[in-house]
Amino acid sequence: MTQHDMYAGTSETTQGRVFTVTGQDWDSIAEGLAEESEERVVVNMGPQHPSTHGVLRLILELDGETVTEARCGIGYLHTGIEKNMEYRPWVQGTTFVTRMDYLSPFFNEVTYCLGVERLLDIEDQIPEKADVMRVLLMELNRISSHLVAIATGGMEIGALTVMTMGFRERELVLDLFELITGLRMNHAFIRPGGVAQDLPPGALDEIRAFVALMKKRLPEYAALCNANPIFKARLEGVGHLDLEGVMALGITGPVLRSTGYPWDLRKTEPYCGYEDYDFDVQTWDTCDAYGRFRIRLAEMWESLKLIEQTAERLAGLEGAPVMVADKKIAWPSQLSIGSDGMGNSLDHIRHIMGESMEALIHHFKLVTEGFRVPPGQVYVPVESPRGELGAHVVSDGGTRPFRTHFRDPSFTNLQATSVMSEGGMIADVIVAIASIDPVMGGVDR
Amino acid sequence: MSDTPVNQPGPDRPTTPAQTGEVAAVGARQGMFGTTGTGDTSGYGGLVAPIVYPAPAQRPFGGWYDEVADALEGSVGNVVIHRGEITFHVRREDLVSVAQHLRDAPELRFELCTGVSGVHYPDDQGNELHAVYHLLSMTHNRRIRVEVSVADADPHLPSLVAIYPTNDWHERETYDMFGIIFDGHPALTRILMPDDWPGHPQRKDYPLGGIPVEYKGGSIPPPDERRSYN
Repeated sequence: MTQHDMYAGTSETTQGRVFTVTGQDWDSIAEGLAEESEERVVVNMGPQHPSTHGVLRLILELDGETVTEARCGIGYLHTGIEKNMEYRPWVQGTTFVTRMDYLSPFFNEVTYCLGVERLLDIEDQIPEKADVMRVLLMELNRISSHLVAIATGGMEIGALTVMTMGFRERELVLDLFELITGLRMNHAFIRPGGVAQDLPPGALDEIRAFVALMKKRLPEYAALCNANPIFKARLEGVGHLDLEGVMALGITGPVLRSTGYPWDLRKTEPYCGYEDYDFDVQTWDTCDAYGRFRIRLAEMWESLKLIEQTAERLAGLEGAPVMVADKKIAWPSQLSIGSDGMGNSLDHIRHIMGESMEALIHHFKLVTEGFRVPPGQVYVPVESPRGELGAHVVSDGGTRPFRTHFRDPSFTNLQATSVMSEGGMIADVIVAIASIDPVMGGVDR
Repeated sequence: MSDTPVNQPGPDRPTTPAQTGEVAAVGARQGMFGTTGTGDTSGYGGLVAPIVYPAPAQRPFGGWYDEVADALEGSVGNVVIHRGEITFHVRREDLVSVAQHLRDAPELRFELCTGVSGVHYPDDQGNELHAVYHLLSMTHNRRIRVEVSVADADPHLPSLVAIYPTNDWHERETYDMFGIIFDGHPALTRILMPDDWPGHPQRKDYPLGGIPVEYKGGSIPPPDERRSYN
């Protein structure tokens, strides 16, 4: 170890020799490690690493290729969303929460809006169409999120075809999001009281075409992976965590269902009218990464069933309101597409600027000040693709949230990293984490 | 593919309104527009509206709420029922025994703790920092909330990691954000903020931060310094 590389060198510290690995100098690393083979080796994996599922830092203590201790370092994506929300009106909160878990934005919005609606005591007044549209968007989102979970999980073990397929299908879902909400992500489309906008013309046809296409595409995943010996060898028995461990660590979602326990909040605590739909809770009984993969695959089929049912109901709800009738809560204006992009509808501008002084005052008060929410606190959980996502919303009667805390499933589930990977091989750490499917935007918020 | 594990079709939230006890104000809101120092000449600046949180409920609470309350008799203070959700206020010296009982008693079985959420009420003299635990019983499909409050001057709470290991990171986050010290936690360090960060960002006396943004000659102050409503 005489030569010095300014980008990937070694340095002596009080804790021993530190190697910086960038990918080209494995020989010198191996040589250096051989010199001190009797000492423990601590590998710092991430936060910038393609296999850690985002900016997650793993601190692994190794004995050869066996992991003896695994710890997570998180916080690299902390953006202070909960603090920021305390300085904006209630409605603007949705623009923040949609950015937390960026792969499942609609779930963040729904749990926050359900919390605000319960505090406002308007849960019974949410129009049927708004509920159906929420279910539609959430189930589309569940598919896109599970697709990313499967795609990146495949990529991380070298199954690149799974990745290209997953992102190909996800693009179809994002196209639908763009059609319905105007944006591919960060929608802020679900608002306290309902949703921002009615379905655009032709959306139902697009949704039906998507369902038909997905019914042809989804079997490809099963054909490629389900019985693939390499895929199974990498996933089976890896990341094992039984029901006892899952309950102690408070883990929910596909990891819980992979122990055979059919717990799904859509069934046990229905919200947004989930009790009116016909679907099944998917479970597996192997407690491992393969079971979680199969659950995600099966849940996409269930989501397709739900989407078909919502499309059927939406066809009969044409022209129905999508926002609560209370004018003190409902956003006053509608959006429309103009020559310069999306903005307030010209009809509304004409109304408030030329016809009605009262409408102008109303618009101004609601947009600048917002509505007040009665004091109190609520906790409303929803079943996100990763497990129980809950919003603890506290109001002091003001126009802004006094405190909102999100119990993000990624944050809680990531605690299982050590129990899932200690004692296993270092390559299996990647599979175990991919089977938890953490999204660092949700972990760090 | 299997049936749902619970007996009830939906979330079990008794709807009978419980009697409420006395109401106490914790703070007041000044003026009509929620603004100060902007030369409000409207005449409404002198208005004072008390901030009143939901009052404690009185027995009977209705449904299974009474069963849980009976099982916790003696160790809970106020019980608040608001919007169909029940909150048990617990003294901090009782927190561990209450949590243990809630988890283990067959008629309670709150197996899942969904973490702890801190709330800072600067006006609640002597009880500024609240820790809120949301518990779920999968056996009975019930949810309750357990709330403990401590003074800012003595922000110590017993850790629940031994009972609910899932609270490990949640307690670290609450310590990080609010400065509540969970005694008995195996490694109470910061989790989201850097290790050497000064202060606890989610407290109300901690500024949001930010710098004025200039655009075409105008200067827009950061969000916490803008004129705003509260």
